[in-house]
Formats: sequence, structure tokens, C-alpha cells
Amino acid sequence: MTRPGDLRHRTLAVLVEDKAGVLARVADLFARRGYNIVSLAVAPTGNDKFSRITIVVDVESAPLEQIVKQLFKLINVVEILELAPEAAVERELIMVTVDTSSPDDDGGRSRRSEVMELVDIFKGRILGVGTDALIVSLEGTPEKIDDFEELISDFGILEIQRSGRIALTKLGVDAPRLRA
Amino acid sequence: MRINGAQALIKSLEMEGVDTVFGYPGGAILPVYDPVIDSDIRHVLARHEQGAGHMAEGYAHATGRPGVCMVTSGPAATNVVTPLADAMLDSIPLVCITGQVGLAAIGTDAFQEVDTTGITRSITKHNFLVTRAEDIPRIVKEAFFIATTGRPGPVLIDVPKNITDANNPDAWFEWYWPETVDLPGYDPDDTVDNELVAEAVALMLAAERPVLYVGGGVLKARGADILRQLVELTDIPVVTTLMARGAFPDSHELNLGMPGMHGNYTAITAIQESDLLIAMGSRFDDRVTGKVDAFAPFAKIIHVDIDPAEHGKVRRPDVAIVGDARLAMEEMVAQINAAGGASALANHDAWRSTLSGWQENYPLTYQASEPGELLKPQFVLEKLRDGSPADTIVASGVGQHQMFTSQYWKFDHPYTWINSGGLGTMGFSIPAAIGAKAAFPDRTVWAVDGDGCFQMTAQELVTATVSKIPVKIALLNNAYLGMVRQWQEMFYDNRYSEVYLSHDMPDYVKWAESMGCVAFRVEDPSEVEEVIAKANAINDRPVVVEFRCVENENVFPMVTAGGSNDDVLVDPSQADALERDRATRVVPTPNAALATEVAR
Repeated sequence: MTRPGDLRHRTLAVLVEDKAGVLARVADLFARRGYNIVSLAVAPTGNDKFSRITIVVDVESAPLEQIVKQLFKLINVVEILELAPEAAVERELIMVTVDTSSPDDDGGRSRRSEVMELVDIFKGRILGVGTDALIVSLEGTPEKIDDFEELISDFGILEIQRSGRIALTKLGVDAPRLRA
Repeated sequence: MRINGAQALIKSLEMEGVDTVFGYPGGAILPVYDPVIDSDIRHVLARHEQGAGHMAEGYAHATGRPGVCMVTSGPAATNVVTPLADAMLDSIPLVCITGQVGLAAIGTDAFQEVDTTGITRSITKHNFLVTRAEDIPRIVKEAFFIATTGRPGPVLIDVPKNITDANNPDAWFEWYWPETVDLPGYDPDDTVDNELVAEAVALMLAAERPVLYVGGGVLKARGADILRQLVELTDIPVVTTLMARGAFPDSHELNLGMPGMHGNYTAITAIQESDLLIAMGSRFDDRVTGKVDAFAPFAKIIHVDIDPAEHGKVRRPDVAIVGDARLAMEEMVAQINAAGGASALANHDAWRSTLSGWQENYPLTYQASEPGELLKPQFVLEKLRDGSPADTIVASGVGQHQMFTSQYWKFDHPYTWINSGGLGTMGFSIPAAIGAKAAFPDRTVWAVDGDGCFQMTAQELVTATVSKIPVKIALLNNAYLGMVRQWQEMFYDNRYSEVYLSHDMPDYVKWAESMGCVAFRVEDPSEVEEVIAKANAINDRPVVVEFRCVENENVFPMVTAGGSNDDVLVDPSQADALERDRATRVVPTPNAALATEVAR
């Protein structure tokens, strides 16, 4: 399974005009040309004419250069920045419903405390508590989220949701503005 | 001035200088057809929306101005999908207006509702769904700007009925015409980087076996004149792709002809043995390259294209120049002149002598009809070419007849060749010819068609008759889907599957006559010239000449799909000579000077 932290994954911040159908245009382009999207997040910017699509692409499916050039052919795409890991602050959110029903290794009735301990180590949060399950959340770098997901999955995951990566350029760094 | 959406749409087309619209009315576009009555714009009523779309394409091919078509929603919108895709692949400027159900009904599966912008997203350069009547002038202006600038292409405007409905108060607004467009994500820049041109020129000066690989982009850039200057200054031989026929005169000694799957031997082999390939507005299409890994293996590549996404999409260029082909060639000519002109170039004598040897040994050829045999399509095309005026516009459908036309016509003027290259749309020729003839009523327009193609769009001859657009159709009737039959013969062991159409069902002469055309049938080679002369003398009605052709003619040369250009099959009469020739052929020596230039 590939993870957003892999080297073959590159993060693009695509500034688009905030017009109906623009996300479909981007998604269609990827589908049509066989490019893989690893994660995708859309959000408004400070300017209500524009939105930003943070998109992690798999550059094994196609060279980044070709993906960027094809994106620029979309009339509503205004600017594309590459957010390299060393030049960007990246965050992702994960929410997991964890099964706590099985007995723990010390003969306790449930594994709730073990899960809570893990969440505490990662500085995550408990969002919901049930008799047999916990809902937990964690915000952090994609790598940290990967590590957490791997460890928490030992307990049995009932439901999981990851937000996809969002990123901003680090202070004092100029992210390369890609050209068509 | 208060105006409603329908009036605004037609007025906006007038503001864009549109003189002809090809279309077909229907429910959702009804309000827009009312002001058509009062407009000076000529509306040509097609008999099928696909026909309207191809007519607009033919108009655009011939004039360089955007073609305009207008149809209703639902099935009409899906019927223009093929012309839109065709225009997308061949970079034809097109503006297509579709009606749409009222905004309140969108998404409810209303009568004649389809998601037109969704369906056409990947086959248009851009599309719009208009949501307010007052946006119409702005969107029309943007649509024409996008369709005609940068790499041209089709733009669709989907117009819901409620905003064109004169009875809807919200459909009325104060008329305005925007002076500029506001497209923050679209800033087409056709200028070229002179330093990159200098790198290209250094290669061009040093090359010993250069070839100019000219594509449709040269025609889009109106670059035929400067191409000729560049070629005559440098003596670099030219190949013109299927989309570029006419960009450089076929009668010029430096024109090697068409490369690719059915190109001629010299054009194909010149590319293969070149040390420098100058791709000018061409895109390394698979029908040109054959097997990409074996394409032009010794060549450094200069690639000029206005669409940067074409650089490196198929073949990595050594010098990539983004910009307009005409501007790039103007700068090349200026820099070569500054470097000393013709005397600054490496000597091409050996190369020219190699090329003329191939031209002499492997010309296009075919065997004439045996006595009693039906016509050879190549023979018909030679006679049609020689019997028609020099500025004749030729449109073709898709298949063997298309390849024969491209091979045997002599294109000496730009914008005289109209065909469906990228999409390969059967049935293209008749409506496309009508579009071209609507633009140039005083010129002779021939559509060369096959019997398969003819049956797809023949009803547009009714349009030609009724709208007084007298095109001429040369129907090469070989009773088969000839190209598919050829592949079944060559690659499926003569197992002919669903390719037989018959010579006499339908009766093409009766059919043509029923549509108001003058019709002839020719079966004997001795009658061909005379009938062509008769057809060319008729100017008041469409003419259909059915040429009964042999059933089993194949198109040669041929590079098999996915095969290497090095393995091009020539006419069987030349095959033995070519085999002997190949056995003794010397692998070209690398040009050290070029490697040095690239390293720099």
C-alpha cells in the first residue's frame, strides 16, 4: 500500500478560479490521462475568487512535468506551486473508530486503556467513548499519521477517515512556482 | 438598451464578426432561434447536428476563423460530441452553443436534459454553463478568445432556456459589450524565447541530414510563407503530416511528402536517417512515429509547439521552444541570416543525393486497371487533381480514400486540404466540404468520400441543395470498408468480418438525385476525365460522381500499427528492390558537431 509520505508522491498547491465544476475538471483530467491522485483537499483562500486544491500526485503514473503542463491547460487553473517536504509545512487529520472489545494482554476486560495510552503518546484526542469502541483523532505530518495508523490498526479498526494532505509554504521559503 | 438573453447571444455573435452559423433548432434553444430571423448572420440548417458541427469545422479549416454551430439540448448536444472531439484532436477553433433545460430543471432528469458540460469536458478546450442572462456577452467573448488563441480548439457554451426566454423578466438586462476578457488562469503567450531559437539555429547550421517535420500547427499559425523562406534559405527538406498538407507546396523539390503510416518511403526514411529533426507545430502522433523507441533514432530533436504539454509527451526534445510556429520561424530566418545565411550551413549535398535516390527508386505507385476491371482509386484521384482548378479545396472522409487523396493530390496552397486527422471521423467530408464552400462560394470544393463514409452523412447533401452550397462529391465506391478490409487481409489472414457493403446497395445515383444533386456513375477508366470535366462545369447544384472502384486495392506504403518506420512496406512491385537495398544500407554516422552543440 502506498502512503502519502512516499518519495514518489509530490505535493502541488493548485490555485484555481472558484467556479462551478472546477474540481470536476481537475479530477476528470487525472482520470482521463491515467494519473493517480494520492490525496486531494480543496479549500477557500483569502480571496473569494480563488480556491486552492492541495493535491498529492503519484509521479510513477506520469512524470510530474506532464501532469503540471496538462493542469495548466485547464482554463481555470491560475497558479501551481510545488510544496516539497523541506519547503512546506504539511498537515493531515486522521479519525479512527477503534475496536476496544477484545481482552488486553494482562487479562483486563478491554483494550481501552492501551488505545488511550497510544493516543496520548501521539498527542491525539479522544472524540467519543463507547463500551466497545473509541473514536480518536490525530493531526500531524503525513508521516506521523502513517505511523499512528500502523500502530492503531493492531487494535482493529472499525472505521477510518483521513483528510488528505494540506500544506503551506514554510516562512522564509519561496516554493517553486511551476511553469507550463 | 434592454435586451434578453436570446437577443444578447445573437448580438454577441455579431460582435465577434460571425457571418455564418450552422445549426439545428429544438426545444431548449427555441428562444435563440427567434432573433436569428432578424440577424444578418446566415444560418445554415443542417439535417443532423453532427453535420452542423462538421460544417463549422470545415468553415474553420478553410478560413482560419472560428466555426460556429448551434443546437438544442439532450440528443442534439450528444450529436455534436463527435465534431467537438474531432475539433479538439485537430485543434480547430470552434464555438458550439447548446440549449439546456431551464436552470430550475437542471439535475431533475428533465425532458431532453443531459449533463452537456460534463459530457464535453474532456473534448473541449473549455466549456461554460451560463447561469445569468447578463453573463452572455462576457462568456461569448471569452469563448471566442479561448477558441482562437494559443492552441486553438472547441469551446462549448451551454445556455439554459429560462435565461433566453423573453417572457422571463430575469432574462432581460442592459446590453453591454466587454472590451477585454478577465481570465486569470489563461494568458496565451505566443512569443518565442530568442535564446532557445539560437540554440536551435546552432543545431540547424551544423546538421548534415536535417528534416523539417511540419505539422498542422504551421497552418494554424498562418506560417506557410515564412516556412517557405526558411526552407529556401536553408535547403532543409520538408515532410508535411496529414494535418499539414498544403503548408508547403508539393511541387517544391524540397517537399518529400507525407510521413507516417501511409506516408511515402522517402519522407518516412528521411526522418529515420536524419541527424536533426525539426518538429514544427507537430506532435509526434503515433500514426507518424510508429514504434516510438525506433523513431528517428539518430536525430537530435528541435520541437516548436505553442502547447508546452506536447514537449516531452512522446519524445524528449533537445531544444524545446514554446510559442507560435510562425514567430519561431521568423526568428530562425533572422538569426540564420545574421549568421551569414546559406553559407553558414553545413553541406547537405550527400543528404540531398540520398533523398533523390530514394525518390527515384520508391515513388508512390500503383498498377493500372486491367481491361474490364473497375477503376483504381489512385487513377481517379490523379484525374480529379489534374481536372480541377488549382485552388480547389479538397475534403475527405476517413479510410483508404483519405490516404489516397493525401498521397495523390498535389497540395500547392495552404488551407486547401480538410480532413479528420486525429479522431478519424468517418462521414466527415460531406459536411466539412459544405462548411468550406459556405465560406468560399466562388471556389471549387470537392469532397472525396468512401462508400462507408457516404452512408454516414449523405443526408447533408439535402442541406447543400436547399441552402445552395454546391459542393461536389467524388464517391470512391469499392463496395467495402476498404481500410478495415485491408487490415483483415494483412493481419487477420483474409478473414473478412463485417466489411462488405456492396457496390449497388444503395443505388448512390438515385439517392443523390433524390437529394437534388446531379449524379454520375463511372465504371470505365476511359470515362473518368470526361465526367470530371462535366462535374466541374456544374456550379448551381451539388454533384455526386460515383466512381466504381476495384474491391481489393490496398494502400501502400504502410507502416503497421506499432511497427517501426524502418520496416515500412512499399508497393509490392518495389518490395524486392527495397530488400536488396536494405541489405547493403550503411548505418548513418553520428554527427559529432551536433552532439557538441547539444552538450553546450
